[in-house]
Amino acid sequence: MSYSAKVIDHYENPRNVGSFDQNDENVGTGMVGAPACGDVMKLQIQVGKDGVIEDARFKTYGCGSAIASSSLLTEWVKGKTVEEAMTIKNTQIAEELALPPVKIHCSVLAEDAIKAAVADYRKKHGEPV
Amino acid sequence: MQLPIYLDYSATTPVDPRVAEKMIPYLSAHFGNPASRSHGFGWEAEAAVEKARAQVADLIGADPKEIVWTSGATESNNLAIKGAAHFYGRDKGKHLITVKTEHKAVLDPMRELERQGYQVTWLDVRENGLIDLEAFREALTPDTALVSIMLVNNEIGVIQPIAEIGALCREKGVIFHVDAAQATGKVAIDLKTLPVDLMSFSAHKTYGPKGIGALYVRRKPRVRLEAQMHGGGHERGFRSGTLAPHQIVGMGEAFALAGAEMATENERIARLRDRLYAGLSGIEATYVNGDLEARVAHNLNVSFAYVEGESLIMAIKDLAVSSGSACTSASLEPSYVLRALGRSDELAHSSIRFSLGRFTSEEDIDYALSLLRQKVAKLRDMSPLWEMAQAGIDLDKVQWAAH
Amino acid sequence: MFAPIYFDHNATTPVDERVVEAMLPYFSARYGNASSRHEYGRAALAALEKAREQVAAATGAHPTEIIFTSGGSEANNLFLKGAGATFRGAVTSGRAETVAVGATEHLSVLNAARQLRAQGWQLTQLPVDAEGQIHLADVEAAAEEKPRRWSVMLANNETGVIHDVAAIAACVREIAPDGGWFHTDAVQALGRMPIDFRVLNNAGVHALTISSHKICGPKGAAALVMDKRLDLATQIAGGGQERGLRSGTENIAAIVGFGAACELAVSRLAERARAQEALRERLEARLREMGASIFAAGAPRLPNTSFFAFPSVDGETLVGKLDRAGFAIASGSACSSADSSPSHVLLAMGVPADLAQCAVRVSLGEKTRAAEIEGFLLALQETTTKLSRLAAYTRL
Repeated sequence: MSYSAKVIDHYENPRNVGSFDQNDENVGTGMVGAPACGDVMKLQIQVGKDGVIEDARFKTYGCGSAIASSSLLTEWVKGKTVEEAMTIKNTQIAEELALPPVKIHCSVLAEDAIKAAVADYRKKHGEPV
Repeated sequence: MQLPIYLDYSATTPVDPRVAEKMIPYLSAHFGNPASRSHGFGWEAEAAVEKARAQVADLIGADPKEIVWTSGATESNNLAIKGAAHFYGRDKGKHLITVKTEHKAVLDPMRELERQGYQVTWLDVRENGLIDLEAFREALTPDTALVSIMLVNNEIGVIQPIAEIGALCREKGVIFHVDAAQATGKVAIDLKTLPVDLMSFSAHKTYGPKGIGALYVRRKPRVRLEAQMHGGGHERGFRSGTLAPHQIVGMGEAFALAGAEMATENERIARLRDRLYAGLSGIEATYVNGDLEARVAHNLNVSFAYVEGESLIMAIKDLAVSSGSACTSASLEPSYVLRALGRSDELAHSSIRFSLGRFTSEEDIDYALSLLRQKVAKLRDMSPLWEMAQAGIDLDKVQWAAH
Repeated sequence: MFAPIYFDHNATTPVDERVVEAMLPYFSARYGNASSRHEYGRAALAALEKAREQVAAATGAHPTEIIFTSGGSEANNLFLKGAGATFRGAVTSGRAETVAVGATEHLSVLNAARQLRAQGWQLTQLPVDAEGQIHLADVEAAAEEKPRRWSVMLANNETGVIHDVAAIAACVREIAPDGGWFHTDAVQALGRMPIDFRVLNNAGVHALTISSHKICGPKGAAALVMDKRLDLATQIAGGGQERGLRSGTENIAAIVGFGAACELAVSRLAERARAQEALRERLEARLREMGASIFAAGAPRLPNTSFFAFPSVDGETLVGKLDRAGFAIASGSACSSADSSPSHVLLAMGVPADLAQCAVRVSLGEKTRAAEIEGFLLALQETTTKLSRLAAYTRL
């Protein structure tokens, strides 16, 4: 498997690895995937009062592409509103990282992860998911 | 030290320079076709082929007349399984027995025979990778024509009890084939005493060249086969096609070296493997796959829980190792061998096969260990599963989102 | 002690030094398994794919049309039995399907076809004339049966006769537009005459076999060049190498050698062919003067091959005497040289069995020199004189 330079960069120097307190009011947590499938992604967003994502963290069990997809996503969502974050598409991630066809599912998982994190945040705030 | 460090001797081995040296003259100076019976070029090629046949026979306690050259163990397995099933299936019956952890070169011909109307019993293995002899005994039926069970597993290195299996086959008059591609030079094989009818060999797993293998076909009692490749009637009709003397000479020399050096080499490699094992045991939540006793010294197959196999391979790219067998590594499926041991998908996904060999040094092992310690720690820091496990969450009880 | 002169290039050829050089690194240095994903494996895979391109370029094929095998016999078996297996259903549907092959094919084609016959197929052999040539009228007649599989060699290993395979395939297609799959064994043709798989494919040829050791490459590598629309059943199953058509760890060193040999085989081809043809003309002019019958002399032939007989001089005896005189020649195909029955090729041409017993083959190589031909002719003159005298004496 040959990875693109961007995947290798994110894999070797992952951005925003870590965790926030899951019970924090301002934190939304999305956990997607399953160990049996070979990838589990945990994405967390910390949202300010104005609905802007101030910070993001991830932990990923998965291949290099899965790690790179989630690392890239944490960079992208920072500074975006939760609404804007919801518009990120897996195809954008796949394109940015030049993922090969067999690895497209990693970008799909990343898109699912941000959606799940936003849903969790909204649920905490009684907003429609 | 040359990076990446090669720890994938079960996938293939370098040709030992002493072997290469013997091969090269048969490319240009002694280039004859051994089937040419009318001149010295042919005769010298034929003499070299026969010398190598004796060398191969010598390592395994066989008669040279019992050795049939093939292009490799895959072809040997195909010839043995299809050839014997077609021949004996006519009157002995159409039932065949094999094991779920066999190499694909055994499983695929068996599936092909299944499509042709044979019944195949696919035996399970126990958690340690070895078959249950009682279950095997029960699987034998009056219709059983052929059993195929490997000597040494390519992924986990375990040694199946083929003497016992063979004795049961003899009792029932069943033909017994053994894939020994991974065994030569690692375990002693004596076909004078082993009740085995057909045995497959490969040169390139034992420091010989790729593209050459052999099938042992017992003469007493005589074992029959239907040829799978037809033509000029080479190899007493078992396998047509021009022989490649340089490759055959290489296999002969490689097997002669294996016989001469097996004892000292295995001792040295076992020490290196123990060093690797001791080091890996120091990393939390690592599991060895397959029995540690009934196992060749060269192999250690380890699962690193909570890290994913492909990212681990990427992290340790200074080590040339494989996850699962080389032949299946293009697919993202977890290893079927580890699944058959009852390993969970995630442990199967995170397995690494370390296979050591003639040119592995202590320095190589130490480098590998320090790299693994560092990278496994880094990946676990990044792993949500590790975080959950540290928090005391039972991962088996988690409802994972379908994906 | 002098080195014997080798005139048996249709049996096998010495590996060219440049080919040996190309192969050497793949024994002990770049030894990876092409299926492994680490650096060693990727290096092996890159070498494999480069060789695939070289083989494709030499035959006018696309790299994805090349299936590597362990030899020409295996490639021929793969086509005939692989194509045969996909037709299993049709055989049992009431009417046996037909496989048609040339009467003078190599044993790996003939015996693979006989194997199909043992499974219930009809086997049709296309006859040849006294010059070893196939007539289109016979092809037309055979095509009426609508054979599902055809195999007609491009050039014969014993006589060197070149068949107009494109015309034969086109004829088949005209009579039976869905007339089945057509294969040609081009093992002896490669490097001795131009081969263009695109041209052949457009005429209706779907697959061809080539082999490394006939073109100064190593033994142990060959290829089936194949139209990808063919649906062949795997004959060697396992790890799924070669697009699932041929399992087994790839023989990288030999395949690298095959690739390098292919490049050399097609460079300066015309020049080499002209030189060999001139040597053969000289050889055959003298042979005629000496009273030899030259087989298929009137047919288009490979430039390096001469198959001839001195009536009443036993072929094997002659070959043995010439070996002692320092010339390595053959009494026919190497593959059947264990068997002393007369050549099936000559019998198919209607040559009487007693004359066929006298046949010997000289096949020249790139390095054959005029002086070697002259030396051979002298030795031959001496030997045949002695042998015919002896024969005359024993008749008394």
